[in-house]
Amino acid sequence: MAGHFEPLPGGGAAAPLDEVEISILRSLAVQLMELIGPGEEPAEGDDPLAALFTEGPSEPPSDPALARLFPDAYGGPDQVPDDATHAAAAEFRRYTENDLRTRKREDALAVVRALDALGPVGGRDGSGGTGGPGGTDGTEGAVDGAVLRLKPDESRQWLGALNDLRLAIGTRLEVTDEDESGELLRLPDSDPRKPMVMAYLWLGGLQESLIETLTA
Amino acid sequence: METVSADPSATIALRSTRCALGAPVEIERPESSEAPFEVPEPDVPWVTLVHNDPVNLMSYVAYVFETYFGYSKGKAKQLMLDVHHKGRAVVSSGSREEMERDVQAMHGYGLWATLTQDR
Repeated sequence: MAGHFEPLPGGGAAAPLDEVEISILRSLAVQLMELIGPGEEPAEGDDPLAALFTEGPSEPPSDPALARLFPDAYGGPDQVPDDATHAAAAEFRRYTENDLRTRKREDALAVVRALDALGPVGGRDGSGGTGGPGGTDGTEGAVDGAVLRLKPDESRQWLGALNDLRLAIGTRLEVTDEDESGELLRLPDSDPRKPMVMAYLWLGGLQESLIETLTA
Repeated sequence: METVSADPSATIALRSTRCALGAPVEIERPESSEAPFEVPEPDVPWVTLVHNDPVNLMSYVAYVFETYFGYSKGKAKQLMLDVHHKGRAVVSSGSREEMERDVQAMHGYGLWATLTQDR
């Protein structure tokens, strides 16, 4: 059953993916990495110690999708932030946002790597895509696709990346409550949002089945 | 709604002063004049709130509560339902540092979390 994870004996999860699914997932994961961006990392060649002292931003990102991925730690939807709340949120962000960006980027990168390791496409041309420490070996499989196999650690990275993707897409689609999904489902094919909605719902199914393999 | 009324940076200043134990430099501290300031009481706990959002899957939210906090399936599910139906739920409480850690972890999972002082 395409687009669904099944638990593997001994831990981990597997999902058959066809070529189109692989290409959509990869493209979305790359876009997510681009959206998250490098953050405020020190330039190469700088004293590596400087990285330890680099402070992150103090203001929330202006892009709504990024703001959802990196929310304020103080305040909240039912509070009008006063100066003290704002100052605390800014300080928290300075010390945590860069790490959070790094982690989310790494999760998305794990998705890209696992997908690249699948492909019979191009083969072993020294790109080193397969056999890395990730250990995804999903090259069995057909012309049309392959079976993605994730170790438990990879499952957790995928889970994070799938969730971040849905947060970003959901924000772009302005999903506002549970009912809206029903409304989005009924969009006519001519609606420009339709492809994104289909991807959003498909990712939801993929994520749901991955959670099941982790909680079974 | 309750807000963080006392200046939160005050607690940080307090902590670092305490760390400087054993070095009794002449710090002029007219204790009496500090009384009017609203210094947060140390034993008033902080809490981590998780807010409802329309994107996160219910199963995912419950999974996070179970995995990160080590809550039972039943408790994790109840907290998830509280978030879902009431708009938010208190998922942990403790010192400010502990709650900052929890909020940071929740953000890592993609949940919308904040901390506040429970008063």
